[in-house]
Amino acid sequence: MGRFLLRRLASAAVVLFTVSVLTFLIFEVVPNGNPALRLAGRTATPANIAAVEKAYGFNKPVYVQYLKTMEEVFTGRIVSYAQNLNVVSQLRQDLPVTASLVLGAAVVWLVLGIVLGLTAGLHAGGPIDKTITVLNFLGISAPSFVIGYVLIYLLSFKLHVFPSSGYVGLSDPLGWADHLVMPWFSLAILYTGIYAQVLRASVVDTLSEDHVRTARAKGLSRRRVLVHHVLRTSLIPIVSLSGLDIAAVLGGSAIIIEVVFNLPGIGNYASQAIGALDVPPVLVITLFGAFAVVIFSTIADILYAALDPRIRATGAR
Amino acid sequence: MTALLQVEHLRVSFRTEEGVLQAVDDVSFSLGRGELLGIVGESGSGKSVTAMTLLGLTRGPNASVSGRALLGDLDLVSASERQLEHVRGRRVAMVFQDPMTALNPVQRVGDQIVEQVRAHEPVGRREAMDRAVDLLDRVGIPRARQRARSYPHEFSGGMRQRVMIAMALSCSPEILIADEPTTALDVTTQAQILAEIKTLREQTGVGVLLITHDLGVIAEVADRVVVMYAGRVVEQGSVEEIFYDPRHPYTWGLLGSAPRLDKPRPERLPTIPGSPPSLLHPPLGCRFAPRCAWRLEACSSEPDLKSDGPVASDHLGRCWLDLGTARERRVVGGTIGLPVRAPAGASRRPGDEPAP
Repeated sequence: MGRFLLRRLASAAVVLFTVSVLTFLIFEVVPNGNPALRLAGRTATPANIAAVEKAYGFNKPVYVQYLKTMEEVFTGRIVSYAQNLNVVSQLRQDLPVTASLVLGAAVVWLVLGIVLGLTAGLHAGGPIDKTITVLNFLGISAPSFVIGYVLIYLLSFKLHVFPSSGYVGLSDPLGWADHLVMPWFSLAILYTGIYAQVLRASVVDTLSEDHVRTARAKGLSRRRVLVHHVLRTSLIPIVSLSGLDIAAVLGGSAIIIEVVFNLPGIGNYASQAIGALDVPPVLVITLFGAFAVVIFSTIADILYAALDPRIRATGAR
Repeated sequence: MTALLQVEHLRVSFRTEEGVLQAVDDVSFSLGRGELLGIVGESGSGKSVTAMTLLGLTRGPNASVSGRALLGDLDLVSASERQLEHVRGRRVAMVFQDPMTALNPVQRVGDQIVEQVRAHEPVGRREAMDRAVDLLDRVGIPRARQRARSYPHEFSGGMRQRVMIAMALSCSPEILIADEPTTALDVTTQAQILAEIKTLREQTGVGVLLITHDLGVIAEVADRVVVMYAGRVVEQGSVEEIFYDPRHPYTWGLLGSAPRLDKPRPERLPTIPGSPPSLLHPPLGCRFAPRCAWRLEACSSEPDLKSDGPVASDHLGRCWLDLGTARERRVVGGTIGLPVRAPAGASRRPGDEPAP
């Protein structure tokens, strides 16, 4: 286990380094990417721009700039060019919003995905299965912002059930949930469809396995066979999938939903920073996303090994 | 001998996309206390379906089962799913063919036994685990207390089959159904597992239904034998009768195609020509006739399963050949077998010309 974590840490360092270099280079080559143009103001003379370049070190070689920026990232002193605000403290302020959105959505899609997938798998080939499969594909193919706007139109403007935008902190749990219900479902519907389809296939496979027949031959109740033998083994692929998906949503896919529902989270911050070609926030958010992927996939692998002893024997070398 | 299990006219069919598949067709037999009954036949003869039907494991929207299977007063064919849950594992336990896949890969073997015990008896976890360890020890698993905490993939095939047997015995069942329990194992392990089953039968008096395609296994452990072909019982009798006085040409073919150590080795191991018929469209008349060197005009209608001897006995065969002719014809090269073609000049009764 110790060695497994060490190796994961080493690969995380490689991933973070690569991601940071790539992000940095993108802004080097993007047209109009020179931040001095914006920092110097609208009416700047070439001399002004040159002065800003000199002050910020933009005239130095790329690797020097990179090292300086990374030093600021890791010391937490990095400041955005557009607003001149500390990026890390901004991120810290936005994280609870995004975490509430993503983790809540993950709970929604896991619960719905498992219920739908298990039901479809147990009725494979029948009308229930076919109905669920159609719904899944609808959910998978509908863009999340469309679902978001449809929900806002129906539930906010027409029926006035939920507020259409904004965020309330966890100190007011009811208000918090009230503001997040629609974002949760908009974000979760895609993944619900995917997870339900994956679990359905897994359940169908497991049902035909010999050990499930053995479980029935032991005289276990139908319920026990389903929960302890069929579901228990079918869930294994879901676990490894969810680690990566939660991380991916946390590090990027939440952007659209945050914009649609005007949630002041990391995604919104990122979209503004990208619009302003503001390197420091984009860099920090990208690194945060990559870090989230590494962390969650490690957690998923640990859970995976806990669920499947066969992995433990070989996978944790 | 009082019968533990009385199977009468059991029929099982499955609706498939190509039509109705009659997997088991009018099968009757009985199993006595402490008896070891072998069911032998090729793949697709219906032996496994028979066994699984006894536990209601073939039930499904596309299956139809008729006949009776009496376990005491309870008819396993018409019993409710709830009643069957109380029979499975407790009164009738089953050991499956492939020990590599029959155990749950993500559950410790001790827990798998505990789960069965606690499904049927009001015992605590600890007590159930003690029993599991006892059982594992009894079926020859060394350091049973420790091994109970292992997962199936940490055992060899033979050891897993021992675990399956321990699990099957955990609630002291009246009947143990073993469906090809040694087929997936190497020969040495086969012998150990068979010895284990024999010992357990002597110690516990459990009735064993042993399903196999391997006559060597039958010869070693069975008391009585049922020979199945294409969903039908074609012959049944004591193990001596089946091996030394077989009535049905299919049985001759099976015996003739078993490798022998006590006879000079033939150039090629004899086989029964052809392959078993499709159960979607079984042949009219005797189902073995298309593969039988001795088929007669009469074989276009199916003979009854009957006793052919001068005295009625439990040795039954399903063939038109009379006893004397059968005893003459089954001898091939000094041993029992079935020729590919009827030899020229073989004695025939008038009117019994081989069908074209």
